[in-house]
Amino acid sequence: MGYKILKKQELIPGQTTLLVIDAPQIAQKARPGNFIILRVHENGERVPLTVADRDPENGTITIVYLVVGKTTAELNTLNQGDEILDVCGPLGKATHIEKCGTVVCVGGGTGIAAMHHIAKGHAQAGNRVVAVIGARSRDLLLFRSELSEFCAEVRIATDDGSEGHKGFVTEVLQGLLEGEEDIAEVVAVGPVPMMEAVCRVTKPFEVKTTVSLNSIMVDGIGMCGACRCTVNGETRFACVDGPEFDGQQVDFAELKARLWQFKDQEKTSLEHFHHKGCKCHG
Amino acid sequence: MARKTMTPRTPMPHQPADERVGNFNEVALGYTPEDARREAERCLQCKKPLCREGCPVEIDIRGFIARVAEDDVPGAYEVIRKYNSLPAVCGRVCPQENQCEGRCILGKKGESVAIGRLERYVADAFAASDACEEITGKRECVMLRDDLKVACIGAGPASLTVAGYLASRGIGVTVYEALHEAGGVLVYGIPEFRLPKAIVARELDGLRELGVDIVCNWVGGKTITIQDLLDEGYDAIFIGVGAGLPRFMSIPGENLVGVFSANEYLTRVNLGRGYDFPNHDTPVFKAEHVAVIGAGNVAMDAARTALRMGAEKVSIVYRRSEDEMPARREEIEHAVEEGVRLRCLCGPLSFNGDDKGRMESITVQKMCLGEPDESGRCRPVSVEGETETIPCDMAIIAVGTRPNPILLEATPELGLNDWGYVQVDPETGETSLRNVFAGGDIVTGSATVISAMGAGRRAAREIARRLLGDEAAD
Repeated sequence: MGYKILKKQELIPGQTTLLVIDAPQIAQKARPGNFIILRVHENGERVPLTVADRDPENGTITIVYLVVGKTTAELNTLNQGDEILDVCGPLGKATHIEKCGTVVCVGGGTGIAAMHHIAKGHAQAGNRVVAVIGARSRDLLLFRSELSEFCAEVRIATDDGSEGHKGFVTEVLQGLLEGEEDIAEVVAVGPVPMMEAVCRVTKPFEVKTTVSLNSIMVDGIGMCGACRCTVNGETRFACVDGPEFDGQQVDFAELKARLWQFKDQEKTSLEHFHHKGCKCHG
Repeated sequence: MARKTMTPRTPMPHQPADERVGNFNEVALGYTPEDARREAERCLQCKKPLCREGCPVEIDIRGFIARVAEDDVPGAYEVIRKYNSLPAVCGRVCPQENQCEGRCILGKKGESVAIGRLERYVADAFAASDACEEITGKRECVMLRDDLKVACIGAGPASLTVAGYLASRGIGVTVYEALHEAGGVLVYGIPEFRLPKAIVARELDGLRELGVDIVCNWVGGKTITIQDLLDEGYDAIFIGVGAGLPRFMSIPGENLVGVFSANEYLTRVNLGRGYDFPNHDTPVFKAEHVAVIGAGNVAMDAARTALRMGAEKVSIVYRRSEDEMPARREEIEHAVEEGVRLRCLCGPLSFNGDDKGRMESITVQKMCLGEPDESGRCRPVSVEGETETIPCDMAIIAVGTRPNPILLEATPELGLNDWGYVQVDPETGETSLRNVFAGGDIVTGSATVISAMGAGRRAAREIARRLLGDEAAD
C-alpha cells in the first residue's frame, strides 16, 4: 500500500513540482518546519522533503521538490493517481512559533515552499509577516500569490531584475533591517549560500535568525547521524534537534562540505537512471 | 560407546575467507542433518539443565536437542517456538558462548554443545520442510480475544518477541515501525553475510501468519503518540524503539567528510542495499583505507562490510588490547581471517582533514593497560608523548549509542533513569505509566538481540497475565 498522489502541478516545468499526497496521519500531525522522508519504489533511496503545507481535513500534505538527482527525477515520472511507496513523518522539530511582532521570512528557490509553511504559521499566530522571496527571474518565483494571502508584504528580488529588486534577497533584507520597523525574527530557508548570507546581514542587527538546514539524511529519526552539523561548537542532528537552528551558530562551511559527500555516487545514480530508464513500474 | 565428554564439537562449515570477502553471502553455512544429529547426541540431557538458565528467553534447550537427536525437526521446532519467535535469527547472532553454551556442563572439561548452531539448524531445516505450513499455518492464528489489543512501537527484536508471545495467546497486536522495513537492528544493522534478510523476512512472515499486524513508516512520538494509542483503546503498549542516536567522541574533526557512525554506514549498506548500488539507489561512501573505532560486534560488522565494499585496508582501532574486545570471539576471528587488522592500544585524539573538509588521517594516542576498572576490564592509560597519525580516508565510529529522543520528548511523563533511558520495573518491564511497558536498548542502552528479546518476553508475560489471567502466562 502506497501513498496516493492526489494532485501534481509543475510549478516550473521540468524543474520544480508540487505534489499533494494522501497521508491523513501525517496531515494530522504535521506542523510548520516538519519534513517527511519518502522512498519512491522498492530500490529507492530515502529522501527528506519539507512539508510545504497540510490539510488535516482532507488528510493531505503538500511537498515541493526541485528535480536534481535520481530520486526526484523518478518522483517526477509519477502522475496524479500514482502511489509513492513510502512516506514517513512528520519528522524534525516544528518551528518555534509565538506571538512576537514582525517576522521576516526569506526564501530562495525551492526553499520558498518550506518557508511558506513557516510564514503561514507565524501569520496564524498573529505575527506580522513580511516575505522576501528571490529567484533568477520572475517566472521562477514560487508561492507568491499564496504568500500574499497572509503576509503583510511580499518583497521580491530577481537576479535579472525582471521583477522587484534586481539583485539578492539579502539586499532587500538589509533595507528592511535598516528601516525603522522593529523586526523580532528573521527566518531563512533556501540554498546554503543564501542562508549563510542572510546570517551575515542580520548579525550586526542582533536579530534572532533561524535557518532550516537541508543536511543529507538516511533514516531521519535520529539513528544514523548523517545529518550532523556543528551548532555553537557542538554536534547536533538536523533530523531530531533541527532542522531549524540559530543561524548565527551554524558552521556553514562544514555543512557545505558535508552536502558534497556523495556527489560522485549521485552522478552515477543519475546516469544509471538516464541509461536504464525508470524501473519503478517494473 | 565413547565417553560423550571426549567427542569434539562438530565444526561449522564456512565459506572460505578469501572468497567471502568478495561477496555478501552468508559466512557460516549451517549444519547438515548428519552434523546436527552428531552434535545433538553429545548433549548429556542433564536432569537440571544449566543451559536453559543461561537463555534470556528460557528455551527448553534439552527438549529441543533431544528431538534433533531423533531427527524430529518439526518436534524440535515446536519446542523452540514456544519460547522464541525468532529462532533462525537467534541461532545466528546470539552470544551463545556467554549464555546457554557458557553454562553447558560439557564446557567445564571440554567443548560445550553447539546449542546456537543446533537452533539455527532446526529453524532452517524446519522452514525447508513440508511440516512448516502445518505448524505455522493459520490453524493456531485464531484471534481468541478480538476485544484485546496491544500496540508495540518499533519492530525490532524486543517488540517482535512481545508480538509473537501475545499473538500466540490470541491477543491482537499491531507493531508500528518508523522505517520502511520491519526488523530493527536485524535489517539495518546486522549485515547480510551474518544474517541474511531473507531469514528475517521468513520470521516476520511467521508472525504475520499468527495475525500480527506490522505497520511501517509510522514514527512513535511523531506519527502516533502513546496518548493516541491509549485513546484508541489499546489495552497495553510496549515501547521497543531501540537505543538510537549514535555516540560520537567529541574530538576534533568528527564531522569531516569521510567520518561516519557505524549506524549510518551499516544502514546505507544493509537497509538501503547499498552493496547493490547503483541497482539500489542508496549511495555508500567509497574509501581505500578505513579505520573503525571501537571493538564491539557492530565494529566488526562495519569493518567486514567495508572490506566487502572494496576497501583495501581496514583497521579496528581500539584503546584496550585484543583480550578486552567486547565483540564475540568468533566475530573477531572471522574479521581477522578476512584481513581486518587490529590496532590495539590506540585511542583516537583527532580526525584530520584537508582544506575541502575531507578526512585524511587519524591521530591516535598510544595506550597501555592499567588496573582493572569497575567493568572488570583493564583501564587504558595514555603513554605520555606517544602519538601516531594513521592515514585513512574513511573512519567509522562504533562506540555505542545514546537514547533516541523522539518518543521520549513526545512523552514527557515517561520516567527516565539517570542515563536518560526509560525506567522500568525489572520484573515486569512496566514503565512509570500504567500498562505501558518498555524493553530492549531503550531501557538498557545498546545490548544484544537476545537480551532485548528476554525483556520482550518478560513484558509480554506480564501483559498476558493482566489481560488473560495467570494461567495464560508461562
